[in-house]
Amino acid sequence: MSGYDDIAFDDRMQTVEFRVAERAHIVVDSDVCRSCTTKACVSACPANLFAPTSDGGILFNYEQCFECGTCYQVCNAEGALTWTYPDGGHGVVFRHG
Amino acid sequence: MTDVIVVGAGPAGAAAALMAARDGLEVVLLERGPFPGSKNAYGGVVYGRVLDDVLPRWWEEVPVQRWVTRRSTMVLTDTQALTVDFRTTAWGEAPYNGCTTFRADFDGWLAGKAVEAGAHLVVNTVATGLIVEGNRVVGVRTDRQDGDLRAPLVIAADGVNSFLAKEAGLLPRTQAKHLTLGVKEVLSLPREVIDERFGVRGDEGVDVELLGCTRGIPGGGFVYTNRDSLSVGVVVSLEHLAASKVRPEELIADLKAHPAIAPWVEGAELKEYTAHLIPEGGYDHLTPLSTAGMLVTGDAAGLCLAAGLWLEGVNFAIGSGLAAGRTARRIIETGDAKPYRAALKDSFVLKDHKRLRGAPRLVLSERVQQRYPGLVADLVEGLFTVGNPTAKPGALRLLRGAAKNNGVKLRHLVADGLAGGRVFK
Ligand SMILES: Cc1cc2nc3c(=O)[nH]c(=O)nc-3n(C[C@H](O)[C@H](O)[C@H](O)COP(=O)(O)OP(=O)(O)OC[C@H]3O[C@@H](n4cnc5c(N)ncnc54)[C@H](O)[C@@H]3O)c2cc1C
Ligand code: SF4
Ligand code: SF4
Repeated sequence: MSGYDDIAFDDRMQTVEFRVAERAHIVVDSDVCRSCTTKACVSACPANLFAPTSDGGILFNYEQCFECGTCYQVCNAEGALTWTYPDGGHGVVFRHG
Repeated sequence: MTDVIVVGAGPAGAAAALMAARDGLEVVLLERGPFPGSKNAYGGVVYGRVLDDVLPRWWEEVPVQRWVTRRSTMVLTDTQALTVDFRTTAWGEAPYNGCTTFRADFDGWLAGKAVEAGAHLVVNTVATGLIVEGNRVVGVRTDRQDGDLRAPLVIAADGVNSFLAKEAGLLPRTQAKHLTLGVKEVLSLPREVIDERFGVRGDEGVDVELLGCTRGIPGGGFVYTNRDSLSVGVVVSLEHLAASKVRPEELIADLKAHPAIAPWVEGAELKEYTAHLIPEGGYDHLTPLSTAGMLVTGDAAGLCLAAGLWLEGVNFAIGSGLAAGRTARRIIETGDAKPYRAALKDSFVLKDHKRLRGAPRLVLSERVQQRYPGLVADLVEGLFTVGNPTAKPGALRLLRGAAKNNGVKLRHLVADGLAGGRVFK
């Protein structure tokens, strides 16, 4: 079967409402990621928020996050992720969940 | 004075708050989202009968998209599809069986019932931690100013990631092995087009469960009809998804491109993309249901029933929430959570889980996931392919051939058949 996605990822994420908070609710310690061998977060995050950098680390932006928990559940290294919920009322708002 | 703090206004929390408030207790229902359901995503179908004696004639007011009157199970390979299809008019009239509905609508409706009963719903508020004295939970901290809340009983209804259960030491911080990730697209289509493509009318709807469509990653897929949209998605083992390096949305794209599914979704436009985890460990991996001062309900306790043909979490969340709310007063009076555990044991919630405890392992096993879809599809293709002038092969020969082509030994087939009989007896 095909491996393509039928809609550009940005367009996909445009369908979701986010009330972005000032505080980042997830923080990635790229130094820890550099020694990570799986980089499991990169493919598994349904919002595609983990971008590998050329120096072996991770660039992360919290703004369009589903708050699903996938990343910390599959994360390969202790201490790489600080994961909390966004402050009350902020973050993702599903209408057709 | 607050008697009960319920954390999370999903189905479990709303049900707990409803029953505790009806019992005359002072109830605060905390929700971190701007409204109930705003953080929640599922397939989905709600099976509402659990509400029969709590909200009589609930079906007259539940925010329904369509009543499921037709249910199909479809086994897919890349090029084949075998469907078992059932429909009954019984599910299209009261008391109904299941309805499609969106969580923003459904969770809001149920939480509204709790509010009508006297519970105080507080949205935009995260319970950030437990307040513990001695070994007893005596309240929660919130992200509001001066946000500590104290009460003799806390009900954790905070869903699959339950940080309250984690903080209390009831749930491991990570457990990818017992979790699946669900991703879903809601796709707009005109109502008449859905009626025509799925052979339904009025407010009748269809629930299609799919097996064999996830590139060998243990899991499955679904297609549900809403009034003027389809919900299409996959649910896959988190551990195996991560190892496979496949991106979750690609699995939905695969599904939508499959020759059996593509005609259903043709011309449909993406309205919303969502993702959420599911606890699928079943009975053998439930979270302990209580600790001093706190009860754990719904997904937080791992009570979602995910057993192959069944994916029922909302009704199990409601069932456990009702039990928590009903027993809250007695638990506050005695300080002992036994009545909650006993109520769950007596209800469908733990009975069904116990009966189906072997299902998660069997359904997610390698043969069921990767080999049997091809085997049954090849078998049926063999039976129905007219190969004249060659005479028809016997069924047993076809079965042997199909088993061999898909790398299944007949003794495995017999063993799995027996195991299936035991699991689903
Ligand atoms: C893809 C998918 C498909 C599914 N399909 C179906 C289906 O078709 N039918 C079915 O019955 N079930 C289905 N389920 C399962 C079902 O969605 C869950 O079992 C059910 O939602 C559990 O209800 P709950 O109340 O326990 O938790 P949730 O619905 O997760 O509710 C938890 C609530 O707590 C809030 N919360 C969490 N933490 C905090 C905090 N610290 N402070 C304040 N609030 C907090 C959340 O915002 C949320 O509102 C599906 C699940 C998924 C992911
Ligand atoms: S899996 Fe964890 S440690 Fe590895 S790259 Fe991702 S966030 Fe970093
Ligand atoms: S919580 Fe989910 S959506 Fe958010 S970054 Fe982690 S994996 Fe991605």
